[in-house]
Amino acid sequence: MSIHASPRALRTAASWWRPVGARLDRGASLVFILPAVVVILAFSIFPLLASLYVSLSRLGFSEGGVELKFVGFGNYAKLLFGIDQPHFLGVTRPLTPVGIAVLLVIYGLFAVLLYRYARGPNRTLGGLAGRVVTTAIAGALVWLIVNTILTSGRPGTLVVTIVYVAVDVSVQYLLGLGLALLVVQHLPGRRFFRVVFLLPMMITPVGVAYLFRMLTDTSKGPLYPLWAHFGLTDVSWVTNPWGARLAVMIGDVWQWTPFIFIVLLAAIETLPHELTEAAVVDGANRWQVFWRITFPQILPATTTVVLIRIIEGFKIVDLPNVLTNGGPGTATESLTLHAYTIWRALDIGGSAAVAYMLLIVVTFVGISYVNLFRRRVTAMA
Amino acid sequence: MRRFLAKALVLVAGVGLIVSCTSGSSNNTSSSTNFSGTTIRVVTFTGPQIAEPLQRRAPDFEKLTGAKVQVITVPFADLYQKLLTDFATKTNSYDATVFDPQWMGDYVPPGYLEDLTDRVQKDSSLQWNDIAPFFRDFSATFKGKVYTVPLDGDFQMVYYRKDLLQKDGLQPPATWDDYISIAKHFQGKDLNGDGKNDYGSCLAMKRSAQSYWAWISIAAAYLQSKGTKQGAFFNTDNMQPLTNNPGAAAALDVYKQLSKIGPPDQLNNDVGDSRGLFVTGRCALSLDWGDIGTLAIDPTQSKVQDKVGAVILPGSKRVLDRSTNQLADCNATLCPNAVNGVNHAPFAAFGGWSGAINKASSAKVKDAAFAFLSYMSAPKQSGEDVTIGKTGFNPYRTSQFTNLDNWTKAGMSTQAANDYLGAIKSSLQSPNMVLDLRIPQSAFYEQTALDQALAQFLAGEISLNQTMTQITNQWNSKTDEIGRQGQLDAYKSSLSITK
Repeated sequence: MSIHASPRALRTAASWWRPVGARLDRGASLVFILPAVVVILAFSIFPLLASLYVSLSRLGFSEGGVELKFVGFGNYAKLLFGIDQPHFLGVTRPLTPVGIAVLLVIYGLFAVLLYRYARGPNRTLGGLAGRVVTTAIAGALVWLIVNTILTSGRPGTLVVTIVYVAVDVSVQYLLGLGLALLVVQHLPGRRFFRVVFLLPMMITPVGVAYLFRMLTDTSKGPLYPLWAHFGLTDVSWVTNPWGARLAVMIGDVWQWTPFIFIVLLAAIETLPHELTEAAVVDGANRWQVFWRITFPQILPATTTVVLIRIIEGFKIVDLPNVLTNGGPGTATESLTLHAYTIWRALDIGGSAAVAYMLLIVVTFVGISYVNLFRRRVTAMA
Repeated sequence: MRRFLAKALVLVAGVGLIVSCTSGSSNNTSSSTNFSGTTIRVVTFTGPQIAEPLQRRAPDFEKLTGAKVQVITVPFADLYQKLLTDFATKTNSYDATVFDPQWMGDYVPPGYLEDLTDRVQKDSSLQWNDIAPFFRDFSATFKGKVYTVPLDGDFQMVYYRKDLLQKDGLQPPATWDDYISIAKHFQGKDLNGDGKNDYGSCLAMKRSAQSYWAWISIAAAYLQSKGTKQGAFFNTDNMQPLTNNPGAAAALDVYKQLSKIGPPDQLNNDVGDSRGLFVTGRCALSLDWGDIGTLAIDPTQSKVQDKVGAVILPGSKRVLDRSTNQLADCNATLCPNAVNGVNHAPFAAFGGWSGAINKASSAKVKDAAFAFLSYMSAPKQSGEDVTIGKTGFNPYRTSQFTNLDNWTKAGMSTQAANDYLGAIKSSLQSPNMVLDLRIPQSAFYEQTALDQALAQFLAGEISLNQTMTQITNQWNSKTDEIGRQGQLDAYKSSLSITK
């Protein structure tokens, strides 16, 4: 059977379909985008807004359910100015000469950077305003860090978390880069070590925390003979605030160095050989090859992996929770652990307020890092 | 007619059989009912203690009744909020819980727990009246109704190495000063012959663990001297905390001294660590619930079998005079219950793990859950469990105190059993026993505010005065947030409990 349609009938059908088709075309974008929008709204925006509301409320239990009482910025005020201020921001004490010197150096550096941008050819009003705000916030954080660490004061969970991120990410980067450079050399066993170096990343963080809990115990555990050999069995370094923080940082470095290692290894292995060979032919030594050829080429990967680690580093919780329960005192407590301990006592509003403060700090650091550093590096590359 | 008679006879016989079966089952234990196809989800804290006996006896219970028991465990510090959020959000993922009866103040008023009053009265196998009155009234009852089945009896007491003290001519500690001097005497000496330096005292002092009860055990001696109803946490006139006065300061001072007479990583030790150290012979003294007594007779881990003595919590010869807010020497007015001039205030820390049932579970599951709790608490099972160290269950039934057979069968000498049970009995019978806090959000007062301040004090982050101020401010802030009068009423109501 065949179907024969007259040209007129086809034209009529086409003219009928045209507006329908156009309508469908117009609606198609909505149909395709809507599921994604709904998913994002449901899983990202809604929890974000809901937790914002929770951070402005106090949770109470009533017959058969819960009730949220709106308390405005009460939970934030408690953290920044109230009863939880020493826990969150720490305790400041009068500056020592060392502290003053450090502050002067850092503030001087900030001033030079701002001045250079203001006098530079690429300045814009928006860029300058952004940098002034960034500098002001960074200056306040530096002031807090110096006043709580380089004095007889005590750092709060905000400063402790910043210290974790700064130290952990720096050391992880240096070690990860060193290992990646080592593994690309044609050394015997490189394939084996490539796998071995990755293992810590595969272990659950709670497992790592228990492992380090055993290793740091000087009175028993697998390292007991070592501690005994040096006569250190009566010394506990995890009951000293900085000793405990160091133990947490060592654990974190051990676990996450492989992540940086694998990313940088991939970046180094994909580099073209021609440039290196040309440099060697031109008489460049190993250091010059690394510093002038390899390093600039892996900078984009470097900045990305460092950004990921900074964001992840701010969320550290497993290690201090299992290794020391945030102790001694509150010495090893990170922001996430702080939020968790408050949440455990069912102060859900206070916990959400801490979580929001963490979000603000991570967003500030992340945006500053992308704006001031990463874009420039990517552009250079 | 004959056929009719025959049918009638058969019918009468059948009815008689059914009636006899029914009346027979009503006299039986609730655990003999058939619960085939029912699963009971029981949540408790990550063991091995407490979870172990539940897991071990679950298959036996299943054989007996057909009900499957699924034991879910969560870390102790998470249990309170996990339960509360589960109930409040109506997730209802648990049918029963073995929990801290202190939390009834938060769980009962919103109607999350099943009223068990009728069930305990009807269940002959539970032998309710065999449970010591204090545990029936404190651990099981809230505002006149029964909500839990006690599975454990909790008092903190002091354990000492009998062999060492006898050898050096020392008496068990009667006061906290005695405790410190004995601890100092043995600190750094080899106490178990392994050539290593050992410790005068081993306490749990880790943060976010079960450490803060030890400080309350010390403070109680200074803060409460006029009987249970005086209370050791708040002033019963105005709900002002008793945490900023010379009594609390003396207790903090003792606590700080003890943090330095013990293993080097004492600040990172939980009760599991301190118990392990004591039963392996590395400590001369320790402060704990009844657990060390039973762990010490466990041949698989103990190196101090029959070398352990137990005494009521040490006391103080000077107590807080609330009229002057100063420490004063004990006299007949200030310390009416003193023994040899020493005020003892044995602390019923925690109150004992108890089982409760989720009101929202189905009727059949609730019946099965109650049958399981009843089975666990019944004298036959519990009498055995309280003698096993790893269960974490300590004696709470009269029969467990009077019948020494189970104890001697478990490996305790008659002398050691009398010693151990005597220490618990003298705590239980003390007119100056200190009741643990049971008011709304008691978990915040103890587990969060007190625990954190004590940890900061031990770590040197805050001074003694700052510690007292911090605890007081945080407690006052929470009291005002919840409502001072309501909290005061709840506190006074909890103190009126008869023993």
